[in-house]
Amino acid sequence: MTDTIDAIRNTTLTGSEILWATLVGEGVSTVFGYPGGAILPIYDALRKFPIHHVLVRHEQGASHMADGYARASGKVGVCMATSGPGATNLVTGLATAMLDSIPMVAITGQVSSKVLGSDAFQEVDITGITLPITKHNFLVTRAEDIAPTVRLAFQIAQDGRPGPVLVDITKDAQQASCIFNFEDAAPPPARPHPMLRAESGAILQAIELIKNAKKPIILAGHGINQSGAEAEVIAFAERMHIPVASTLLGLGSFPASHPLSLGMMGMHGESWVNNAIQEADLLLAFGMRFDDRVTGNLASYAQNAKKIHIEIDPSEINKNVKVDVALIGDLREVLQTLLPMLPASNDAAWLKQINASKGQAAVRDIVNLPDNGHLYAAHVIHDIWREAVAAGRETETIIVTDVGQHQMWEAQYFRHNAPRTLVTSGGLGTMGFALPAAIGAKMAAPEKDVWVIAGDGGFQMTAAELSTIVQEKLHINIAVINNGFLGMVRQWQEAFYDKNYSCSPILSPDFVKLADAHGIPAAHITQRKEVTPIVTKARTGSTPFLINFAVEKEDGVYPMIAPGSALHEMVRRPNPLIETAED
Amino acid sequence: MLHTFIALVDDKPGVLTRVASLFRRLSVNIVSLTVGESERDGVSRMTIVCEGAENAAHRIRASLYKLEVTREVDEVSRAEAVIRELCLIKVGAGPNSPHGVHSRTQIFELAQVFRARVVDLAPESIMLEMTGSASKIEGLLQVLRESSYEVLEVSRTGRMAMRRGHHTSKVLKALGTKTAAETPVAYPVRPEEDDLPNQFEEEEA
Repeated sequence: MTDTIDAIRNTTLTGSEILWATLVGEGVSTVFGYPGGAILPIYDALRKFPIHHVLVRHEQGASHMADGYARASGKVGVCMATSGPGATNLVTGLATAMLDSIPMVAITGQVSSKVLGSDAFQEVDITGITLPITKHNFLVTRAEDIAPTVRLAFQIAQDGRPGPVLVDITKDAQQASCIFNFEDAAPPPARPHPMLRAESGAILQAIELIKNAKKPIILAGHGINQSGAEAEVIAFAERMHIPVASTLLGLGSFPASHPLSLGMMGMHGESWVNNAIQEADLLLAFGMRFDDRVTGNLASYAQNAKKIHIEIDPSEINKNVKVDVALIGDLREVLQTLLPMLPASNDAAWLKQINASKGQAAVRDIVNLPDNGHLYAAHVIHDIWREAVAAGRETETIIVTDVGQHQMWEAQYFRHNAPRTLVTSGGLGTMGFALPAAIGAKMAAPEKDVWVIAGDGGFQMTAAELSTIVQEKLHINIAVINNGFLGMVRQWQEAFYDKNYSCSPILSPDFVKLADAHGIPAAHITQRKEVTPIVTKARTGSTPFLINFAVEKEDGVYPMIAPGSALHEMVRRPNPLIETAED
Repeated sequence: MLHTFIALVDDKPGVLTRVASLFRRLSVNIVSLTVGESERDGVSRMTIVCEGAENAAHRIRASLYKLEVTREVDEVSRAEAVIRELCLIKVGAGPNSPHGVHSRTQIFELAQVFRARVVDLAPESIMLEMTGSASKIEGLLQVLRESSYEVLEVSRTGRMAMRRGHHTSKVLKALGTKTAAETPVAYPVRPEEDDLPNQFEEEEA
């Protein structure tokens, strides 16, 4: 990498060559993209640089792949598209990355600067379009500006709260030439974050609150992962003996099998988690943003609790939930400051109380139901987890989910014990995310087992990327949780729209044949006893493998908090589940 | 309530869109927005006055600073800053106007009382230029209208604000930058009013 940079330092290069050289300099080895007219000079220059380009089947796929790559590796994901429709196809992926704070750089070709604003062929104002869904974006019209802008884009994507950055480069800038020097193009130091320093007064206040709390809970969010604070959170929780509830994106940041781990909170969180939050006298929000999906009705949210919010983005403070103490800063640094100032505690009464409240909920848990001949999605997902555990591959397995019921079942029934083992679109809830994101995740971590878990609806949104998997010879396993419905839509229609299943039944092709058409081996599974053997077969094989799980059609995700209800007002799984299963 | 923000931003194309778009996104109505050069090269200064709940200020400020184009953000209240606006007013003042041939002398008098300047004189109209707080400008306009003058055109710049005393922004302070502002500056908590008693006192502080 440095060889490449050294060899061309201070030589005259085209803008296209400068782009690739700068990417090499930034440590990029893989980009996901799709060529087209306004970005052809860049694609022409690719052959001279040690970067692997993954040809996608739709630019949306490229954006999700870069996203999945970033989530699995912690590095910046890079995607690329031409002007106009190529660029607009990135929009969903950029918004997905924005809502989940994923570091990503998108490069788009743009028509020549001379015709900008003239409605030229395939011209679109992509910097205008992506303004609210990128952390920042740039329009570059001169070759001289490419290296500094791309380097700045990498800095912005990772600095503070990460996010996607788009760089739009006109065709004439790609074709013009200038002298390249990677070092000279270094961005100025990141802008100071004057508010990003936990004030000592606030720290003392926080310590007082923590010391005096009898029923504290840590709310573990995505920020733990972003900040690399996993070890600090474990140390903190263990030192103070504080139970940990996770957000969806926080899963894996704190080991699920840890005695202090409660599980996921929120709309489909476990009852004991939500009840405990409502009863808590102190909430320690670690890098999370009190999304409406985790708070339920704000007016009745955790009313007994004092709240300490540790967060890198000052604009999140008091946005949804009014907090008592805000510690602005990098979570890892703040915890490192806090830890030595706290006397250890061994008070186990609170955890004991929470654990005791699990009883009835656990008994009614679907996973504990006997096999009655029907296949439940929860069983499938739980068995994928158990198979990985049995094979000693649990922490080496990355699950990439789509969005909907299966996503919630995954969160409930796959126990994530290592960070970056769950890749899921939380904030935007982007259907079609799983398949392309899994490609990105597998490219980032080829040694890991990568599973796509997708519903029949979401899978069809981006199923074209099956070709990409084959072209890239990636061993990705795909579990289609097929219930013939847009399951989460159906569940809401069942609960709130009088079972009027308007447009939620969905016809799918024969996924086994579809896989076959791509040369991907596949299986159709209808019985629980078949699950584990086929999962083992898929995992131990050397090719991609698709499994179509024909699961119970009208199963629901429980517990569930109806929109507008309080966190403890959960709708429980209807008891006579076995009867409905015998229909 | 009204909030007044001062933002120092990069002087580049598209910056205004980013700032304006932020307020749109937060559903906050901009009452006035002025942009111009600042004391630094390549940095524009914006004064943004907006209507928002009392607790909205923190979020707006933090969101403004989140924009990559923003160098500094400050929020000022009326007590600690000079807030001014420039206004051009064209008033009908020909022989056929309601006050007839006396229009001009009366407008001249009014202008003098309000410390406005006559900057253009035409056969049928007079243009006044006035600088002051928003309430003072509204005062003059109201007097003109209530005295049956024909206000033909009004152009207002929107408010500009600058902290009183030898002071840089709070942001620089938070950064630990040593400035002359560290030494307390004596200025009355309630700023001296513009010399003219004004019945249209604003209540925006």
